Amino acid sequence: MSSTVKKVEGITKESTQQMIDRALEAYPEKGRQKRAPHLAPNDASACSACVKSNRKTVPGVMSARGCAFAGAKGVVWGPIRDMVHVSHGPVGCGWYSWGTRRNLVSGKNGVTNFAMQFTSDFQEKDIVYGGDKKLAVLLKEARELFPLAKGISVLSECPVGLIGDDINAVAKKATTDLDLPVIPCNCEGFRGVSQSLGHHISNDTIRDYLIETREFAEPATPYDIALIGDYNIGGDVWSAKALLEEIGLNVKATWTGDGEMERIAATHRVKLNLIHCYRSMNYMCKVMEEKYGIPFVEFNFFGPTKIKESLRKIAERFDDRIQSNVEKVIAKYDPLMQQVIDTYRPRLEGKKVMLYVGGLRPRHTVSAYEDLGMVVVGSGYEFAHHDDYERTSPEMPDATVIYDDASEHELEQFVDELKPDLIGSGIKEKYVFQKMGLPFRQMHSWDYSGPYHGYQGFPIFARDVDMAVNSPTWKLVKSPF
Amino acid sequence: MANNLGLTVKPVSTTSPEEEARVAAWIDTVEYKEKNFARQALVINPVHACQPLGAELAAHGFEGTLPFVHGSQGCASYYRSTLTRHFREPAAAVCSSMTEDGAVFGGQNNLHEGLENAIALYHPKMIAVFTSCMPEIIGDDLTAYLKNARSKGIIPKALPVPFANTPSFSGTHVTGYDAMLLAILQALTEGKRVEDRCTGKLNFLTGFDTNTGNYREYKRILEAFGAPYTLLADISETFDSPLDGTYRLYPGGTPLAEAADAINGKATLTVGPYSTAKTFAWVKDTFAGAHAAIPLPMGVQRTDAFLMKVAELTGKPIPESLKAERGRAVDAMTDAHQYLHGKKFAVYGDPDLLLGYVAFLLEMGATPWHVLSSKGSKKLEKELHALLDSSPYGKGAQVHMGRDLWHLRSLLMTDPVDAVIGDTHGKFAAHDAKVPLFRYGFPIYDRVGRHRIPLVGYAGVVNMVTELANAFIDLRDATDDDRHFEMMR
Repeated sequence: MSSTVKKVEGITKESTQQMIDRALEAYPEKGRQKRAPHLAPNDASACSACVKSNRKTVPGVMSARGCAFAGAKGVVWGPIRDMVHVSHGPVGCGWYSWGTRRNLVSGKNGVTNFAMQFTSDFQEKDIVYGGDKKLAVLLKEARELFPLAKGISVLSECPVGLIGDDINAVAKKATTDLDLPVIPCNCEGFRGVSQSLGHHISNDTIRDYLIETREFAEPATPYDIALIGDYNIGGDVWSAKALLEEIGLNVKATWTGDGEMERIAATHRVKLNLIHCYRSMNYMCKVMEEKYGIPFVEFNFFGPTKIKESLRKIAERFDDRIQSNVEKVIAKYDPLMQQVIDTYRPRLEGKKVMLYVGGLRPRHTVSAYEDLGMVVVGSGYEFAHHDDYERTSPEMPDATVIYDDASEHELEQFVDELKPDLIGSGIKEKYVFQKMGLPFRQMHSWDYSGPYHGYQGFPIFARDVDMAVNSPTWKLVKSPF
Repeated sequence: MANNLGLTVKPVSTTSPEEEARVAAWIDTVEYKEKNFARQALVINPVHACQPLGAELAAHGFEGTLPFVHGSQGCASYYRSTLTRHFREPAAAVCSSMTEDGAVFGGQNNLHEGLENAIALYHPKMIAVFTSCMPEIIGDDLTAYLKNARSKGIIPKALPVPFANTPSFSGTHVTGYDAMLLAILQALTEGKRVEDRCTGKLNFLTGFDTNTGNYREYKRILEAFGAPYTLLADISETFDSPLDGTYRLYPGGTPLAEAADAINGKATLTVGPYSTAKTFAWVKDTFAGAHAAIPLPMGVQRTDAFLMKVAELTGKPIPESLKAERGRAVDAMTDAHQYLHGKKFAVYGDPDLLLGYVAFLLEMGATPWHVLSSKGSKKLEKELHALLDSSPYGKGAQVHMGRDLWHLRSLLMTDPVDAVIGDTHGKFAAHDAKVPLFRYGFPIYDRVGRHRIPLVGYAGVVNMVTELANAFIDLRDATDDDRHFEMMR
């Protein structure tokens, strides 16, 4: 965590609050009252959350949020590569989330990985008569057609919960009949207020159905760890895992990017959990800490400053061997990272960035931009909780604007006033801002690039940021006539 | 409490490379295909999405119109993301963001609050409301809810707010498009029919079409005729808007007044007989003038039929410029025929498009060998068979209704073709079969600018011929040995 309070010239608590007030002017009274507590200037010295969060989305404001199903399928369960994930209900939810999150996988498609779209494609008759029988049949079909699948997850869409299907009973019976773990996840999209509850429900299903059901075949070592909360967007897990192995740790399981179900099920045997995306997987880390005494460490693999800090923090949990490895690794990569900084920093120095993303990036990437000489002037989350904003406070410069579940109207207003040189947000926001002539990078999907994690990731991140900010195409936006 | 399934604790297993190779070979076999085709319940890699996505597309085709999803918040984000990924353009839409309490109390409060906020923040000229699963299952009465919103003053008097019931558990994105389009036209034209008044215009319906180049091509053709027209649900500006430093929430769409006056048109023509079926049936009963439904104008003969129908409905002769274009298209086809003649294709997609692909391939002397629709209907099946039977190149073609892209994979592996035509979702099947995939459907996530290249009209013919033929030539250049790698092709 940063020890000094950062400042941005021209941004004060008053100026930020005035900007927020102007953005709120357009709302009807009720909407304004609901939105006001979600927008505030950062108080960097307080290390506390300055905004309210994890509340119901205000209808009609154009929120960027997804739903519990998105959190379950797109984030926690979907990336596990060797399971069949059934989007249980109508065709749409699974179809829209098919391959769009870029959690890359090893193995062969349809043989040992199942990055495909499995659905029960509910019809009217399934709504009227229930879908449990259909589910039982399709589970059997999946078992027969995909014999190397290690398990099946059943991810409920809205109708399943509303019509009162009992997927848990179907899953339990199928587990016995098929001799295969079939895991029911009641993650209907109407539950909770955002993706976040889907993460929580999915963590709970891992706790209830999976963990402790496998044991690692190889003997334990003092260096066994699990990499938690990395979803292998553009290969992030592969970069992070390589780095952790380079310092001498055994990465026994990855949760859940390029994940293997059985290794996840045996994670109760590791010595330490390393968690990157705290929001989506803190639940299981806490369960493993309480139940099996496995401590967890939060870390940040974006940008050399945080990587170095994180590696040392991780090393503290191990013996001299790991600690000396870490110093060797840092010494090896420092000059390489300096070369990256020397190349890009002159092109990016002083440029302003605004972020609006999901689980960890609104705080975790701040320092990576700073490594490139950039300054983050606004940040916020779609679905964060109080503890995320607490962690964000010291990372962000003082008095900069913090927004929770921002509406498109609010983002437009803030961008209009702050005039950032780069916006990092999602696909729905991307072209809104590009039409304004503002450089943009998708910070959920890395804009189809990546990895961004670890030492392999930073050069790519730096190149991508430079490419966005300094593309000559932006100079053509204003026509000469 | 772990292990609620009562699983026996086992060691972590590994799949040996031999086992992986065995299964990898097995899924390519005829035996596997039969097992795969015997599926009753599991759908794998479907070609269709759900109704509200299509509804949103239709809504984006009207001036100042804000699509409004009545249902869970996540639904709205899925549709917006999907449309944006395809077009690489913003897709502004709001949602009533219903949650668990909505299941108990109904969605009226969310709908009303959402309307109030959306009107204040985004100043729409029309709000097009459509539903996702939740309100459909709990039985929300949108007619009553919207009436109440009007009587409470939430919806201003002059603001049209059409709604469509578009449950995701029936139909597809195409059905949803039709339902929303119908609701919008009903709302806009209500009470606007005037006896003896004729706008003199041709009303034109495209059907569910995510190629902005197609819309521009239709407009160019109608302008070449000098025929006044109203293009209804025109998404071409919405999803292909200029980058000039200003973000416009509503960059295009059919002007509402013009759409309202469509009821007094000279004639109405749809080129999406499947994706505007309900709308067109209603138009026939309601709109003045002549009405015609013809197939999507892909290929020369279907473009001929389109031009002749426009001439007939508007009373204008087919312009010389288009006659010359026809000649150039035929020239392009004959120039390239040797690269496509006898080539076998697998094609999949929405009904109107599917018929278009098949018609075009048959004209080129290529064979649409596997024709697949993941929903399909008896009517479509019959029409496809009739089209295939009309040409010697359709001989042996197989029509697969209600099949998905995992079925397609089995077909490609056991009964191979030279290429596939469809949307991005087919890339894994085509990749496994080691054949090119021509991306012509929806969505296209993995190529840029495809939605700007028209596939309809004679220009569409030239575009498709050029792309397909050159791809096969590229393939030869990439695979020929040195002795056969030559200057000429």
